Amino acid sequence: MDVRTAFIIVIFLLVSYTGASGQPIQLIDGDGIAVLSSLSNDTTYILNFWATWCSPCVEEIAIFEKIHRDKMNPKVKVILVSLDFINQVDSRVIPFLEKKGISAEVRIMTDTDYNAWIDQVDPSWTGAIPATLIYNRDRRVFLEKELSYNELVKQIHQIQH
Amino acid sequence: MKKVFLTSVLSILALVLVHGGLKPGDKAIPFSLKNVDGKTVSLSDYSSQKGVIVIFTCNPCPFAKAYEQRIIQLHNKYAGMGFPVVALNPNNPAISPDDSYDNMKSRAKEKGYPFPYLKDNQNIYKAYGATRTPHIYLLEKSGNNFKVAYIGAIDDNAMEAGAVSKRYLESAIKAVIEGNKPSPATTKAIGCTIK
Repeated sequence: MDVRTAFIIVIFLLVSYTGASGQPIQLIDGDGIAVLSSLSNDTTYILNFWATWCSPCVEEIAIFEKIHRDKMNPKVKVILVSLDFINQVDSRVIPFLEKKGISAEVRIMTDTDYNAWIDQVDPSWTGAIPATLIYNRDRRVFLEKELSYNELVKQIHQIQH
Repeated sequence: MKKVFLTSVLSILALVLVHGGLKPGDKAIPFSLKNVDGKTVSLSDYSSQKGVIVIFTCNPCPFAKAYEQRIIQLHNKYAGMGFPVVALNPNNPAISPDDSYDNMKSRAKEKGYPFPYLKDNQNIYKAYGATRTPHIYLLEKSGNNFKVAYIGAIDDNAMEAGAVSKRYLESAIKAVIEGNKPSPATTKAIGCTIK
């Protein structure tokens, strides 16, 4: 990646989508998700791919919020990547996040050509959601299924130890 | 008859165990399922066609809904060229009540589906390896059977038909008509998990 591409990506990541409520929601594209799926530092990243129309995703979202709020593990970063249609952010995504009291970071995927970026997250991903990537600079695991809180905690522990 | 049924069940089971679903080039798995008009539709009914666009889809999924009109247009465009659409609904109504047989009938009537909309209550989707809705399997005639030519998405923009730039399925159909192998022969797409 050259400097210019990196610059464009950074600018794109900084562009915020402000919903009706004033809650800023960031957008992300295929290049952005490729970067976010391959950071190399001492943080463990948890990327949960979800959408308001996906009922198992809606059911499990609270467990990611719980991990996000857990101050016992500061080296964990939760990012909820929404695959909702961009024209439904105001009508569906923001009301949903407010209702569920979600304070974890949320990104809205803008690149509808999933084939351009899906393999960057994990080549085994068929395209079904919910799907969760947990990784740090040493280990990574991709889970294409709904998780329980205990299972998520266990997976994070395995990545970190 | 019972024996034939058992054999086909066993062979489907064996295929599922061995392959975990079909890949391009594989022989298509036959099916015989109930349509929304009460009649049974089988893959073998299409033996005079050049191919079949098999689409696993459902009623409530926003991606399936976003593609409804495009699927109708695909059928209207390609059925006459020997590639009709056959839609299969694989969702279990006990888990997804919107996908009950009655609700399928209503949707087909309301949208005026010009193609069969079959209740997949025999786990055909598992045999094919479909994981979401909509999930496309383009079949092409190969001798007396069908083989899989393309698996994946319809195009690259579920939300907005007008903003599509890559028509994966149409390119695959064109390749088959011209006697070529579709490229790509598989794509991935986000969709709703089959329930």
